[in-house]
Amino acid sequence: MTRTSPAAGANREHSGRARATLATAMVALTLGAATACGGGSGGTAGGTASFKPAAQGDGPITVWVDATRLAAAKLYQQQNPQVKMKIVTYDGDANGSNYLQTKVSLFNRTGSGWPDVVFSSQNNETTWAVQSKFAAPLNKGLIPQSTLDGWATGANAPCTVDGTVYCLRNDLSQTVLWYNAALMKQWGYQVPATWEQFQALGQKVATEHPGYIVGSAGDTFAPEIYMWAAKCGANQITGPKAVTVNTTSAQCTRMASLLDTLVKAKTMSTSSVFSTDFAKNDASKVLMLPGPSWFGGALFEGTFKTPKGRIAVAPMPQWAGDSSPSVGNVGGGTWLLSAHSKNLKAATAFLTWATTSDDYQGKLAPGYPAYSAAAKAWLTAQSTSGYYANDISPTLQAAANQVWPGWGYGQYSQESIWAATVTPRMTAGKSIVSLLPAWQTSIANYAKSDGYKVSQ
Amino acid sequence: MSISARNRAESERATRRTLWPGRAGHGFVALYVALLIAFGVVPTGYAIYFAFTNAGNTFAGFSNFTDAAADFRFLPAVGHVALYLVLWLLSLVVLVIGLALLLHRLASRRVSKALRFLFYIPGALAGAASVMVWLFVLDPTVSPVAFLLRALGLATFDQVVAPGGLPLLFTLIAFWTGAGGWILVMYGALNNISTDILEAARIDGAGAWQTARRIQIPMLRKWIVYMCILAFAGGTQLFVEPQLLSQASVGVAGRDYSPNQLSYDFAFQNNNVNTAASVSVELLLLGLVAAAVFVSRSGFFDVD
Repeated sequence: MTRTSPAAGANREHSGRARATLATAMVALTLGAATACGGGSGGTAGGTASFKPAAQGDGPITVWVDATRLAAAKLYQQQNPQVKMKIVTYDGDANGSNYLQTKVSLFNRTGSGWPDVVFSSQNNETTWAVQSKFAAPLNKGLIPQSTLDGWATGANAPCTVDGTVYCLRNDLSQTVLWYNAALMKQWGYQVPATWEQFQALGQKVATEHPGYIVGSAGDTFAPEIYMWAAKCGANQITGPKAVTVNTTSAQCTRMASLLDTLVKAKTMSTSSVFSTDFAKNDASKVLMLPGPSWFGGALFEGTFKTPKGRIAVAPMPQWAGDSSPSVGNVGGGTWLLSAHSKNLKAATAFLTWATTSDDYQGKLAPGYPAYSAAAKAWLTAQSTSGYYANDISPTLQAAANQVWPGWGYGQYSQESIWAATVTPRMTAGKSIVSLLPAWQTSIANYAKSDGYKVSQ
Repeated sequence: MSISARNRAESERATRRTLWPGRAGHGFVALYVALLIAFGVVPTGYAIYFAFTNAGNTFAGFSNFTDAAADFRFLPAVGHVALYLVLWLLSLVVLVIGLALLLHRLASRRVSKALRFLFYIPGALAGAASVMVWLFVLDPTVSPVAFLLRALGLATFDQVVAPGGLPLLFTLIAFWTGAGGWILVMYGALNNISTDILEAARIDGAGAWQTARRIQIPMLRKWIVYMCILAFAGGTQLFVEPQLLSQASVGVAGRDYSPNQLSYDFAFQNNNVNTAASVSVELLLLGLVAAAVFVSRSGFFDVD
């Protein structure tokens, strides 16, 4: 046995060292977890301290746009080849993705990397961008007041904090009733003026032309089309950090039960209008579709490729006997200027051009421009294009002034709350009316986690 | 050079080699240690520092931990991941060992080779890319296996990603992406079992099942434990699958699903890095404790 003992000893020693090494490796492996999550300090210090621009130069400007606004950046570059621009596309924060906020908080930590000008499809960016000192004040010398006065009344309200304008509204997204005029005429239907008529027509279509739809409630922005227009007080921002949430009022339940009735009748789609499912099953069977002004260009003309001369626009239905018409609003997009820009001159010039120029806003933009002069040019372009079956100008102009002001812009995304709380249970067959209390709880929870004082 | 000189040089080299036998090994490890310190130890220290301080960089005790635990998303996230872990670890252990044993028994070398290659392919895709593949597979309108989804009564993507089925979906994705590599590791370990032992078992009358149960699986124990430790740590840190699913379903499914996502949301949506760090420190502790339990209970470092 003497021969084996040294070997055993060596083995023991070896195993001892191996144990230490493996234990270290084990720690190392599990360490991986925490590393992803360091970084970023609390930028909770609020306030809008005076704006001190970075040292200015003549360097290139970085512009972040979504796929739709890429056309604006490219056209500007083409018209102004001397401007050095770096164009980056991102998701535009669509559906409340928070990409911009995530990146800016990382840039704030590293002290560099901020884009000079950003387009966001969300209207609530100022709720964090001002606090984290990313958004530059625009009406304190950067953009003349005379230019700012050219925006539609209240259009820049979501951009304004304590009288300072921190972003510029890209387009208005007032909701209207889009419909297929050719089909309505062929089937002898009247365009509904009230929600009651809308519901009755939806039920009629279910029996007379099954498969056709009168709306879609499957999008994250469904509450902004229907609940907002119905004056449902789900999102009454009453102060910088205060919100009143009441989703079980008569206004809310009335609209929710209308949606339930039509979902049950299968004339209200529960798929997102941008989903592959909708494109395949519903896009060619749209009789009516309540939705924002950009549905016309972006959805019918761009995505569905609905032929010319079919789609028309009517005012959003109202409840019978309601004397103050109200419509909802879906996004509308904002442009922000970075307070860290090292070439404010070039950045401001691009920002002004992108939001006001006829070349882009008037002729190319898919949605109703927020800048009034561009909106006029846009409406003229729309009516001369001959795409629509009726003149969309008066309806869109009227709706622009009817957006219900009781729905505010909080730091949390109403769209993603609806998507996570209501949509999956609606898909599972629950009625929206039965989900209203859960919706309220969810809004209150997210608002509180962002530090809001919630009244219910 | 004379023979004696050459001999002397060689013997000097040999002496040097015996003085420090693991030179090359230390070189390799040093590189790893440098990376480990830069991307493992230092960030961990940073996270621990954040977890015990507040936004003003003053000591905050356990307040970040209690804040995280009190958040309305915390307990549901822990519940989701617990359920997912049960499914994922069970399926991993049972199926990986089963498939490795079957692969090992295959008589045909060509089939065995082809299968090993097949098992390994999904693992060659990077994590996020393979989740993207699944997003297409799971959408009935574009999926190549749409008929299967329809047979299950699932007609739209939103139905496929219904909240109740998510642990199963994530298990499927994780298994598909991660199990292939482990099957090969187990297969390699099985090949290491001496044929003498298997031969002896066969002579003693052990069938395939008995050989697997009494000889092969006990001898694979350490590899199984090793797999469990890594799979457990990876599972508690679930992030890419729910995060991408959340983006693909525009927030309908997978938002705030796991503690790791919650940590991310604390940091970037609620602008509260300190609470985010406390969640990540908890995940680290959980992984370490689980590893310690597995190691101490299994005799991982015992010598056979």
